[in-house]
Amino acid sequence: MIREVVAEFERPVLLFSGGKDSVVVLHLAAKAFAPGKVPFPVLHVDTGHNFPEVIAFRDETVERLGIRLEVARVQDYIDDGRLSERADGTRNPLQTLPLLDAIAAGRHDAVFGGARRDEDKARAKERIISLRDEFGQWDPRNQRPELWSLYNGRHTPGQHVRAFPISNWTELDVWSYIERESIPLPPLYFAHEREVYARDGMWRPVGPFSPPRADEAVEVRTVRYRTVGDMSCTGAVESDAADLAAIVAEVAVSTLTERGATRADDRLSEAAMEDRKKDGYF
Amino acid sequence: MSAATRIPVVERPSTGSGTVNERDETRTPTLFRFATAGSVDDGKSTLVGRLLHDSKAILADQLEQVARTSAERGFSHGAFDFALLTDGLRAEREQGITIDVAYRYFSTGSRSFILADCPGHVQYTRNMVTGATTADAVIVLVDGRKGVLEQTRRHLAVVALLRVPHVIVAVNKIDLVGFSQEAFDAVASQAGAVAADLGIDDLHVLPVSALEGDNIVEPSDRTPWYDGPALLELLETLPAADVSRYDPSSPVDDRATDAEPLRLPVQLVLRPQGGLSPEVAADPAESERLRDYRAVAGRISSGTVRVGDRVEIFPSGIATTVTGIRSAGVEVDAAVAPQSVSLEFADDLDTARGALVVAAGTLPAGRRDVDAELFQLDARALTPGGRVLVKHGTTTVQAIVAQIESRYDLDTLTHEPAQTLQTNDIGRVRLRLAADLPLEPYSTSRHGGSFLVIHPSDGATLAAGIALA
Repeated sequence: MIREVVAEFERPVLLFSGGKDSVVVLHLAAKAFAPGKVPFPVLHVDTGHNFPEVIAFRDETVERLGIRLEVARVQDYIDDGRLSERADGTRNPLQTLPLLDAIAAGRHDAVFGGARRDEDKARAKERIISLRDEFGQWDPRNQRPELWSLYNGRHTPGQHVRAFPISNWTELDVWSYIERESIPLPPLYFAHEREVYARDGMWRPVGPFSPPRADEAVEVRTVRYRTVGDMSCTGAVESDAADLAAIVAEVAVSTLTERGATRADDRLSEAAMEDRKKDGYF
Repeated sequence: MSAATRIPVVERPSTGSGTVNERDETRTPTLFRFATAGSVDDGKSTLVGRLLHDSKAILADQLEQVARTSAERGFSHGAFDFALLTDGLRAEREQGITIDVAYRYFSTGSRSFILADCPGHVQYTRNMVTGATTADAVIVLVDGRKGVLEQTRRHLAVVALLRVPHVIVAVNKIDLVGFSQEAFDAVASQAGAVAADLGIDDLHVLPVSALEGDNIVEPSDRTPWYDGPALLELLETLPAADVSRYDPSSPVDDRATDAEPLRLPVQLVLRPQGGLSPEVAADPAESERLRDYRAVAGRISSGTVRVGDRVEIFPSGIATTVTGIRSAGVEVDAAVAPQSVSLEFADDLDTARGALVVAAGTLPAGRRDVDAELFQLDARALTPGGRVLVKHGTTTVQAIVAQIESRYDLDTLTHEPAQTLQTNDIGRVRLRLAADLPLEPYSTSRHGGSFLVIHPSDGATLAAGIALA
């Protein structure tokens, strides 16, 4: 499917956050084009609130695979007034505009992402190859039917497609595959000690972008991250799973979805993801 | 749209480590895809909710969200509107209808499942076709009190045309007919007769109560006269048509041999123009060996390929020998459908995207005039003389609708003369193609006989097509 997109589109790009799902897609791409290099660049939408370990991992990975990195910075948009900081401090919803501008600037007609249908019920309605109009909008009520394994990526100038090679994988599939292939990941995914405080039923990291309020007690706990996103809205879970085998075992018996357990922004409302996706989010 | 669906919450033991180990190896060998279809009140949402719930696929935070919204909607305490689980769009939740196919994932000890939940009442053909083209099995729900309705016949007709390998008719609400064997037998014989008319070979009919859980996960003691498997057991044991053959950990010879000859539509030619990967480049011997690497890449749609095999290329008909195979980035001796591979050949052939690599001696005839059954999915009608694009395998060619021969009347299951095909119509059409395509009858090859009809300017998928003999 990754090859299919490379064959049919002029200028694909892969959204790469350093999170496990985009790491898996990049790994699959490297295999698909071996012994050659991955024939497209990666794009990182930098919220400015990243975990430093993840940025270091991103740079190492790009170096190891010999591919080009494009970065779109939310901070630039805030500095010159194109975006303004939200009252709640989260920058996740602010990624959409820099993303769409970067797609336009790179003239990318296909954008790979690591989104999976099991993550969220709006994503469950997403196509593997999904058309976006010139405003980057998703029109969930008018999607192309997905028939056999024949993907229809035809588009007109200005439109682009989002391509989701691991749509049908579950969180457990992703972890099992990472374990089988021994794929390197940012250290955040493994159990470590960290200064955290409890908010909204999850452990939030103490850091420059996510300070605790006066009534929130800071403590040191052994935690790991199930998702890696913007520091201001991603929470950790208590865990002592320090290696891949332990994580696979933990995920297999988990009773919470990864987004429900760790993403403050997806708890905003039942349609939080659908609304962001319609605006061009991934 | 389901009525207040009270699903008694049954505590089930934790899945434990056995499950982990079984899922540990790889997902593909045990993957099974199925779709559900039914009319509005057949209890489809309840069935899907029941399957997901009882297989522990609904996690605590999802259940909590459903419970909260159900309560806000006036459902009594502890009752769940299970449609909320699959209705992922706000418009669906607000209107209480399912607009689009939704995919759900769950697994048991022995299999991973992908469930395509196909709404029955809006654009039913479009959704049924979408769900059925990739399904190993389709579950058609029938209300045990009403028996086989027009809608049931339509669903079964679509499933039969698309040659879904296994068809399950779940006679639901068996509790509301007093678990009566006579009532079940009556519906089962109706369904059997329709299936026989349609040429469905593999039909399974079972009595269930999605609401009460009878024969869903465990055989019910309230239907002692039924000695077949419960629904989940059936789903766990039906042979998976396609993907299950692929297990990268076992040698090719140990797999179920594929009766079909090799078919590999070429996606692209790999020549590391952007350079070799840094890992390969760091090894002088490897980079010397692979300096002129050239391979055709694609996904095997049927059959097996081994190093040393003689193959032929469509459309040129030129024959060559396979000298190397890569799968998932590493060199292998053999590969089988549906693996994605790169093949190196003994000769430098002019092979590009759209070519088809086949086992020697099995080159299909190219076809310019194609008789096909089309499923019209777009809101616009298809008319004779219309210019379209046809996408088959990795090729897209121009085509003209030469003639619309007939429309399939799903109520009488007969073909009737027609001039146009409207949305949701199924009909026989003759297409004239601008270039030869290696189309094979859909009845012998799901891959070789399926294609898309695409609008030439806006790119919309107009119809799904299957080639006739």
